[in-house]
Formats: sequence, structure tokens, C-alpha cells
Amino acid sequence: MRHIISILLENEPGALSRVVGLFSQRNFNIETLNVAPTEDPSLSRLTVTTVGDDRVIEQITKHLNKLIDVVKLVDLTEGNHIERELMLVKVKALGAARDEVKRTVDIFRAQIVDVTPSLYTVQITGDAAKLDAFLQAMAPVGLLEVARTGVSGIARGDKVLSL
Amino acid sequence: MELLSGADMIARFLQDEGVEYIYGYPGGAALHIYDALFRQDKVKHILVRHEQAATHAADGYARASGKPGVVLVTSGPGATNAVTGIATAYMDSIPMVVLCGQVMSHLIGEDAFQETDIVGVTRPIVKHSFSIRHPSEIPEVLKKAFYLASTGRPGPVVVDIPKDMTAPTERYEYVYPKKVKLRSYNPVTRGHTGQIKKAVELMLKAKRPVFYTGGGVVTGRASEGLTDLVKKLGFPITTTLMGIGAYPQSDQQSLGWLGMHGSYESNMAMHHADLIIAIGARFDDRVTNNTSKFCPTAKIIHVDVDPSSISKTVRADVPIVGPADSVISEMISLVQGQPITHPEALKEWWEKIDGWRAERHGKLYEPSKPGEALKSQEVVEALCRITRGEAYVTTDVGQHQMFAAQYYKFDKPNRLITSGGLGTMGFGFPAAMGIKQNFPDDDVVCVTGEGSFQMMMQELSTCKQYGVGVKILNLNNASLGMVRQWQDLNYKSRHAHSYMESLPDFHLLIEAYGFTAITVTTKEELEPALERAFADKHELVFLDVKVDPFEHVYPMQVPLGSMRDMLLSKTERT
Repeated sequence: MRHIISILLENEPGALSRVVGLFSQRNFNIETLNVAPTEDPSLSRLTVTTVGDDRVIEQITKHLNKLIDVVKLVDLTEGNHIERELMLVKVKALGAARDEVKRTVDIFRAQIVDVTPSLYTVQITGDAAKLDAFLQAMAPVGLLEVARTGVSGIARGDKVLSL
Repeated sequence: MELLSGADMIARFLQDEGVEYIYGYPGGAALHIYDALFRQDKVKHILVRHEQAATHAADGYARASGKPGVVLVTSGPGATNAVTGIATAYMDSIPMVVLCGQVMSHLIGEDAFQETDIVGVTRPIVKHSFSIRHPSEIPEVLKKAFYLASTGRPGPVVVDIPKDMTAPTERYEYVYPKKVKLRSYNPVTRGHTGQIKKAVELMLKAKRPVFYTGGGVVTGRASEGLTDLVKKLGFPITTTLMGIGAYPQSDQQSLGWLGMHGSYESNMAMHHADLIIAIGARFDDRVTNNTSKFCPTAKIIHVDVDPSSISKTVRADVPIVGPADSVISEMISLVQGQPITHPEALKEWWEKIDGWRAERHGKLYEPSKPGEALKSQEVVEALCRITRGEAYVTTDVGQHQMFAAQYYKFDKPNRLITSGGLGTMGFGFPAAMGIKQNFPDDDVVCVTGEGSFQMMMQELSTCKQYGVGVKILNLNNASLGMVRQWQDLNYKSRHAHSYMESLPDFHLLIEAYGFTAITVTTKEELEPALERAFADKHELVFLDVKVDPFEHVYPMQVPLGSMRDMLLSKTERT
């Protein structure tokens, strides 16, 4: 099963490599990885999506918790949560396809953020499945370049991941 | 307020931390630190002949003393030479602090002379690592390094120190930090009371219980408590290779050690048990054999200070995260005065176990007959007799390691000092050196083979320099015995590169360093040679014992089988 693990990490040199290294060293999967500083400059927030059965996910969270640079973590998929990813896509837009692309962009509530005579650059946010669906819809028209941020997430309700 | 240079801070900190020995080898990036060490005399520096030996010596010291071993190496090759020793300490959870010189900060990343990203290289084999970014951080970073290395589940910590951080011209305030806090690191100090209660209930109700304890009891200094608990319950106990001696092996309740080359009775007992009480052990593949066939009828209680060890390879029914000593003492207070529910079942269980014991008694190996080559097993048995089972025994890796563990009887923890996790050939001799310096009046013997010994034999020179009187028992079968055994069993005896042609004349080699060597080829020579070797505690003596090259280590678990699936000799199996 797919899990979204959010981690508060010491904002120290080398901290990220310890997290990433752990996954390769222990043969765990990383599907997406997203990392940026938080409002507290000493902390980064890192979100990783991974796939594994309960035993593997238990090991992943235990080993992450063991890393000295990991301050706190939560498996968002254990509760209700909001999942978002941002994607920028360059799509071929020539002739009749230009309107078709525009329509699909509207259907997905995406935005065209840059235009040339031959292509549109589209910005879209949503959960990973929505982004996948958009790519699938655009594939026949012609995908030229895809840049995804990887999943970021946060728990619904009053629950807060902080120190 | 005291102003010190980075290098002097390091020397001062080591003094204030109570470090007695530091093992190392100088080089460009570490020279300021070496100069600071030279100008003091509280911390003794031991100059090894290869950085790997520095880490193994510090490791041996740490295992025997319980204090973190300290290593100092220079950047680049100095640091990379230390890697095998760091990995060895990591796998066996040994507290160690490794100080590595590094090129000057402004050169980092430019492929400068003797530059290696040692923090990167060692990342998967350390508990944690630090890079010094300003000289003023040195005292706090070092305190954190020692604190991390020696608390919770211990392990090696690397501190990377660019040369400019130790420059003698720049001075900063030095205060010894008595305490440090890390917001993300709070090792557990006791187990969950409810879980411990649940475990004790299962223990009292068990019909076929077995204690299975590991290195965590030894490093956690919990053997006294363990012995008390096991005695109170009257249960059988088996230990891992790393846990040997945590419970006296000469006691009736001890089944010896378990796993791939463990005793017949311990593997049989584990397989048939209805309750396994694992403490400070990690269900390693050399213990469990095939996990899907592991102990089919047993419930499992698993106590470990490291939560990630629990349910890693085998699911625990009652997981308890906590240090062995405190969990054991809570268990003792709950067991106190409580009768076990099925004393008759336990009696039957013991009868069964004694039956297994009797089955293999006297059939473990065939002693040599007059005129035949000595058997390694009888050599180790003689060693145990001559040293009254009281020596510190270090080993390298291979058949001799298994024979040492099988035939030397250990009644105390920290007496068998062996690379159990990583299986590092070359570990034994430098480790023995580190122990002997800490316990000069005890017998310290390295049981080795001619393959392993040659990996670290340059340390004879270090022993000469510091007058280190270790004994070296070389079980010389002129081949890489364990490799050969596997080739016999799995490759129709095609001995690909497992023989040792062109061995040195060990006698001459040892004498070249000014030490005594004794060659033993017959049974009659064996005991007198051992007596002679151990006559003077402060003399290094090398025993080159020619042993049977065709001998195999048995029992041996059958790969992919259950715990009870064992080869018992070249012709028998369970």
C-alpha cells in the first residue's frame, strides 16, 4: 500500500542524504520526495511517498525515527489527510489541438501559465491520481516536458505536526 | 575563561571526558591534533601500523571495558582505512568515537590531496556523524559524539575535522560541557510496564520456554540480572554468539549458543519451544535460518532497546522496547514469589532437553589419534583448561572462530570478543591488543587462523613498541577452513582459492619482531607449549599449531531449513 510519511528534519547539511541513504541502504522504495524549510529555520519538512506492506512501513518509520536528524514524523495515510502535488507540463498545442488542450485544462481546473505558438505550459495541482489522469488525457496530444514536485501533505483537522 | 585552539580543545576534551587510550595514525590533516596530544600526558596515544587496526583495538577496548573506544586518523586514506573497523563496530553495536582529520574547509569538494568525503563514505555504517564547521563548536560536538556513541543502542560516531578548525593560531573559549541535549534523541530508559506484565504472565504459564539472549545483554551490562531471572524461573537459556557469557555456560541451565553452528540441544529446544524470551538479540539470519520455518509453535517475547530490531525479521507477540537491565529487573520483581503454572510440564521439557544433550554428548568430534594431525577442537579445549576458562578470547573469522566459541567455556560476559555481525577477518589480533592494554594482568589470547592473522599481522610491531603481552593461538590448517568447508559441501570440493600456499615461516616471522614463537604439531607438545605460552602474562607468545585441514565445523544448520535441520557430522544429519 502507498503511504505518505511527513518528517520534520534538522535543517543541517547532510541530513537529507541520511534519509535518502536509509531508503536505498535498506531496500525501501521512494516514489516521490519533497523537501523545503519550514517557518522554523532550524527545521525542514520532508514528505516521502513509499510503497510497502505493514511490516515494511513499520520498519521504515522505525528506522527513520532512529536517525538523529529526524525530529518527528507522521504517517499521514494512517488518518484523514490532504494530499497535494504541483505539476508543470509543456503540451503540444497546434491547430485544432489548441482548443482541445484549453478545454481539458479547464475540466481539470488547471491553468495555462505560459504560451508559445506551438505549446502551452500548464500548471496543475491536486493529488497524484488527478495529475496522472491529466497526463493520460494529454498524452494523445503530445506531452513535451513534465515537472512534478512530488507529494506534499498535511493531516486534516486539529492534529498538528510540530515540536 | 580559557582560550584554546581547536586542537588543544580536542586534547583537553578527551582528558575531561576521561579517555585513557586513543588509537591512531598521524597524517597531514591531523597534525595540529597530534601536536596537541604530544603536549599533554593524560591521554595515551597508541600508534598502530594500519588504521584498520586502530579501530579494532579501540573496539576491543570498548567491548572489554564498556567505555567508548577512541580513534584518531587523518583524512583520505587514513579515514578510508578505518572504514572496515567502523562497520565492524556498527554491526555489533560497539561504542566508538572516530576523529578524522579533513582537508581545510576551503579545499573541501576540490579533490584536494588526501581528501575523501568520509562522512558520506561512512554514512550507512555509523550511528551518527558530525562535521566541525567552526572551532568553537568542538567541545559540544565531541560531547554529543560520546553521548550518542555510548547511550541507547551504542554504535560508532564519526567526527570530521577540517584542518583549519584545529589551527593553533585561532583560540576560542573552552568549557567542558557536562551534559548535552539533542531534541531528536531520547533513548528509552525503561520498558512499558503493561507489556512487561504481559510477558511475565506468558513466562509463568509457559510449558516449553527458552531464553534466547544476545549482545544487548552484554553491552547493556545486564548479565547479573539475567542470571538471577533465569535461575528464579528454572528455564533453559541459549545465547547468540554475541551474547556468550552473559549467563555462565558451565551452569546446567545453559544450552550453549544457538544458530548456524550452535549446539544441537539449543537449536532443538528453540524449534520445539512454546515460548521464546528474546532479550537484546536481533533474530539474525545466522540464528533463525529460514524465518518462515522458525520456531513454529512458539510465542515470542522480544526485549530490545532499539525498536527497529523488534519485528524486523520475526514478528514479536509481546514487543518490549527498553534497555535489558531495567526490563530484566522489572521482570524479576514480578516473578518474585510467583509459582510457575506448569512445573510438571517444565520438568518434562527438561527431560526432553537432557535427552538431546545426551544424544550428542561425546560425539561432537573425533579427537586425534597418536600420529594424526591435531584437531582444532581439542586445541581450544586445552586452551580453556590451561587458562581455567578465565582468559579474554578474541577471534578472527572462520572455522577457528566457531571452534573457539564452541569449545572454550565462558562463564563471564565480554570474555569472547568476536566480530559477530560483520565477520571481519583481521579483527582478533588488534582487538586483543586493545584489551590487553586495559587489562594488563589478565590473560588475553587471540584465537586465529593463518588466513586471518595475515590480514593484520603488521600489528606485531605495535605490540613490540608498547610491550603488549597478548598470546596468539594460530590454528594453522594452511587453508581458509570455512570457505573450504562450504566448497566441500556445495561445490564438490573444488577448493577455489581457499588454500594457502607460500605461508611464511611463522617462527622466523615472529622472531624477527623479537617475540617467542612455538610450533606445535603433536598432541604431546600441545599442553606444555600452552603452559609455556601463558607462563608470563607480559610476554607476547605466538603458538603456531598445525591442525587437521579436513575438519569441518558441526553442527551446521542446513540452509533454508528450520532451526532443527542440522548436519551433525560429515555423514549424519537430523
